[in-house]
Amino acid sequence: MNISIKNGRLIDPKNGIDTRQDLFIADGRIAAVGQAPAGFVPEREIDAAGYVVCPGLIDLSARLPSLEAELACAAANGITTVVCPPDTRPVLDEPSLVERLIQRAEALGLARVLPLGALTKGLQGQTLASMAGLASAGCVAFSQASQPVTDLQSLYRAMQYAATYDFAVWLRPQDYQLAKDGVAHDGEMAARLGLAGIPVAAETVAIATLIELAKSTGVRLHLMRLSSAAGVAMVREAKARGVAVSCDVAAHHLHLAEEDIGYFNAQARFDPPLRSVADRAALRFGLAEGVIQAVCSDHTPMEADGKQVPFGEAEVGARGLELLLPLVLAWAREDGLSLGTALARVTSDAAAVIGRSDLGHLAVGAVADVCVFDAETEWTITPDAFTSVGRNSPLAGRTMSGRIQAVVAGGRLL
Amino acid sequence: MAEMLTQSRLNPQLDAEGKLQHLLSTEGLPLPVITQILDTAESFLEVSDRDVKKVPLLRGKSVFNLFFENSTRTRTTFEIAAKRLSADVINLDVSRSSTAKGETLLDTIDNLCSMHADMFVVRHATSGAPFLIAEHLKRIGRDDIHVVNAGDGRHAHPTQGLLDMYTIRHYKKDFANLRVAIVGDILHSRVARSDLHALRTLGCGEIRAIAPKTLLPGYLEQLGVKVFHDMNEGLRDCDVVIMLRLQNERMNGALLPSAGEYFKRYGLTPEKLALAKPDAIVMHPGPMNRGVEIDSSVADGPQAVILNQVTFGIAVRMAVMGILAGN
Amino acid sequence: MPEAIPTQLPDAELQLASLAEQLRPHLTPDTALVGIYSGGAWVAERLKQLLDIREEVGQIDVSFYRDDFAEKGLHPQVRPSHIPFEVEGRPLILVDDVLYTGRTTRAAINELFDYGRPARVELAVLADRGERELPIEPGYCVWEVDLEEGEELILGREESGRLFWKMGRNDRG
Repeated sequence: MNISIKNGRLIDPKNGIDTRQDLFIADGRIAAVGQAPAGFVPEREIDAAGYVVCPGLIDLSARLPSLEAELACAAANGITTVVCPPDTRPVLDEPSLVERLIQRAEALGLARVLPLGALTKGLQGQTLASMAGLASAGCVAFSQASQPVTDLQSLYRAMQYAATYDFAVWLRPQDYQLAKDGVAHDGEMAARLGLAGIPVAAETVAIATLIELAKSTGVRLHLMRLSSAAGVAMVREAKARGVAVSCDVAAHHLHLAEEDIGYFNAQARFDPPLRSVADRAALRFGLAEGVIQAVCSDHTPMEADGKQVPFGEAEVGARGLELLLPLVLAWAREDGLSLGTALARVTSDAAAVIGRSDLGHLAVGAVADVCVFDAETEWTITPDAFTSVGRNSPLAGRTMSGRIQAVVAGGRLL
Repeated sequence: MAEMLTQSRLNPQLDAEGKLQHLLSTEGLPLPVITQILDTAESFLEVSDRDVKKVPLLRGKSVFNLFFENSTRTRTTFEIAAKRLSADVINLDVSRSSTAKGETLLDTIDNLCSMHADMFVVRHATSGAPFLIAEHLKRIGRDDIHVVNAGDGRHAHPTQGLLDMYTIRHYKKDFANLRVAIVGDILHSRVARSDLHALRTLGCGEIRAIAPKTLLPGYLEQLGVKVFHDMNEGLRDCDVVIMLRLQNERMNGALLPSAGEYFKRYGLTPEKLALAKPDAIVMHPGPMNRGVEIDSSVADGPQAVILNQVTFGIAVRMAVMGILAGN
Repeated sequence: MPEAIPTQLPDAELQLASLAEQLRPHLTPDTALVGIYSGGAWVAERLKQLLDIREEVGQIDVSFYRDDFAEKGLHPQVRPSHIPFEVEGRPLILVDDVLYTGRTTRAAINELFDYGRPARVELAVLADRGERELPIEPGYCVWEVDLEEGEELILGREESGRLFWKMGRNDRG
C-alpha cells in the first residue's frame, strides 16, 4: 500500500533528522523522505500537522499472555516491534514453539514479535537449550527471563555455547541468594514498613559475576532492567574497558522510587524493586548518557487479584505498553532532553541491541514501521483513563503527554 | 522524607475529619489521638478494679478476632478487652480454615462483612495486610467497620506500642527528657517499630537501639534513633529499657551463632541494668525467654514492670476499641 | 413555677447552702455523696463540707454509660471514676449541677450499680431545667428554670473554690 505522511515533525534519531519532512511508504518500506518518489500515488494520506512522526517503537520486553489483545494494545500505543521473554507456557525452548508464535503474530498483522529463546531447557538453568535451532526459528537472543541460574558452571557453558554462534545472552543482574527473601529495596521504606529488603549488593554482585563470565566466554551480554546507581556505574566502567555489554531499564523505574510504595501499595512492587530517589536519578542520567541503551515497558499483565493481596504476597510488575511512550516523553521533558535523544532509546538504540539495523529508523529502504503522535496535548492518568492499568497505579494523577494518532506496521496502516 | 510521605498521602487510619477510623500503626498517629487513647485508657483501668468489670459501651457490637497468625496471648487480651466493653466477641481461626482452602484474604473479609461485623481485630504474618483490608473496606463503602491491627508481619503492633507508651507515662510522666533503649531483634520486630514511632511523636528525648548488626534494619538514624552495638554503652543513663523477645528461629545460626553468645552480649543482667539510671524501668512485650534476652532476677526484680504492662494493655485496648466504635 | 432566666444569674453559693439544708434532715451516718463530673462533683464536695459528712465523696464519669455513644462517639476527655467506699448496702445521694433530660442521671445510676447494690439512691441537683425525656425526678432541688433553645446553664468554679453560674450556647446545628 502507498502511504504518505505529510506536514509532520519527522524525528529519525539514527539518521539525525528532526525537522518538518514528509514521509512516503510503498511495499512495506520507506520509499522516500521529503519529496514524493516520481509517480507516487498514495492510497492513504495522513496529515500529521502538529504531530511527531517517528519510527515505530521497539519494546525490548513485554509479556504477551493473550497474544492478540497484547499485540493490539502495543500497536495502538505506537509499539510496532515487541521482544517477548521466553517464560511463556510452555517455555520457548523448542523451535516449533517459536515458529508457531511468530506465525500467529504475523497472521494478526499487528505489532511484530521477536522472541527471546530460552537459554537453558525449561529455564531450569541446567542443560543447554537448542539455541541454533531457536535462532533459525526467529529468536533474536537468549535469556533466562526472571528465572535464576544458581549454577555458575552451567551459566558459563551456556554463555560459551551462545558465543560460538555469536548469539547475545540477556540476563537479569540479580543474585538469587541475596534477593530471594526480599520484597522491596533494602532502604528506608523497607525499614519503616517492615518489608524484607533486597540490597543493592544483589545487583552489583550479579553484574560483577556476569561481566567476568562474559569477558571469559566472549559472549555478547545484555543486562535486563538495571535498578541502581551502583549498577549503572559498573556498566559504565565495564564499557570503558571495552567489554561487550549493553543494558536496559524499565520505564516505570525512571519515574518511581521506593517512596511510591506509600502505604503498602502492591502496585509498586516490581522486580527489580523500585530503589531510592538517588538510584532513580542515576538511571535517568545513565539512559540520557547512553550507558543504558534502551528503555522498555517490561509489560506484565495480570489479573487484578494478583495485586489484591498484602504487599509481600503480591505479584510483581505492571502493565506498561500504554505507558511506554508517555513515560519516555515525560522523562525527556523533565530532564530537558531533546525528543530525538529520548526517542532513540526506544527506536534505533533498541534496534541496535537486537541487531536489527533495518528497524527503528526511517531511511529509505527501512522497514515501514512508523508512529505518528501528538506530543503536546496533556492528559492525566486516572483509573478511568486507564482501566487496564489499574486503580491503584502509583502513577495515578500524573500529567502525561503522548497520544498516538496513527501507526504504520510493516507498511500497513493500522 | 517520611514526613513528606505521610503528608502527601492521606493516612488511611484517619477519616476525612481526622478522626480515628482504624488503628493500623503508631506511625502517622497524630499526637492528640495518642494522648486521647492514653487518657481514656486511664479510665478503663479503673473499670478493671470494680466488682463488675464491664461497661456497656460496645453492647450489641460484634468484634471479630481474625488471627491469621496464631497468638493465644494477644487474642485473649483483645477478647477480655472487648468483653469488658460488653461487646460480642467472635474468634475466627482463619489460619486453619478458609485460607487453607485457598480463599484470599479479601474474600474472607467480604464474607465477614455480610455477618454484621463492627470491628475486625486482625493479626497477619505479612506486613501491610491490615492496610489492604482497610483500603478494601473503604472501597466497598463499609465505613462502619473498624480495623484494629493486632500485629502485621514485622511492620507494626500499635496496641503494644500504645500500652508501652502508657507504661512509660505512668512511671515517668514526661517524655521530653527520657532516654529509652530498645534492645534485641529490631529488624524483625513490629513492637520495636511501633514503639519507635510513638516515642518520636511523644517527643522522647533520646531513642536508642541496641543490637548486633544482623538484627538491625538500616536507616534507623534517619528515623531519629541512636544505634549501639555495645550494650554497656547503650544502656548508660537510660530511663527505660525495653527488651525484645529473641525468637527461636533467629538462634539457628543464620543471624546469631547461639543463644549463649547472645545472652552474654545482649542479655539484660543485673550488672548491665546497673549502668542505667537507678530508677530505670524494665519492660518486655512478652513472652519472655528467661536466660536468653533477660535474666530471671531482673525479670522478677523491682525495676521490672512487665506484669503491669499486661494490665495496662487491657485498658489501652479497651480505649482503642471504645474510641473507634464511637467514631 | 419555672421562672425564665433572670437577667442576673442567682448566687450558686447561696443555692448550695439552701440545698444542704434540704438534705440535712435526711442524712444517715452511712450516707455517701456521689458527684457527676464535673459540676456535680464540685457541688458534692461542697455539700460534704457543709453537711459534715464522714464518708469521702465519690466522683463518676458517665462517658461509658451514655446512650448517645452511637451518634456522638466517645467523649474526648474521659476521666476515671472514683468511688472510695463500698456501694453495697449503702444509702447514696447522687449529685449533679443541672438536671435536664434525665439521661445523664440514668447513666450514672447504671454505673453505680456496677459497683454494687446500694440501699437507696436519691438525686440532689442545684438546677432543674425541665424537658425530661425519662421518668426521673430530683428528690432535692433549689431552682427550677426555663431555658431557650440552644441556651445552656453552666456551673463554673473560681480559683478560690467559689461556685457561680454562667450562660452558654449549645447549638446543635
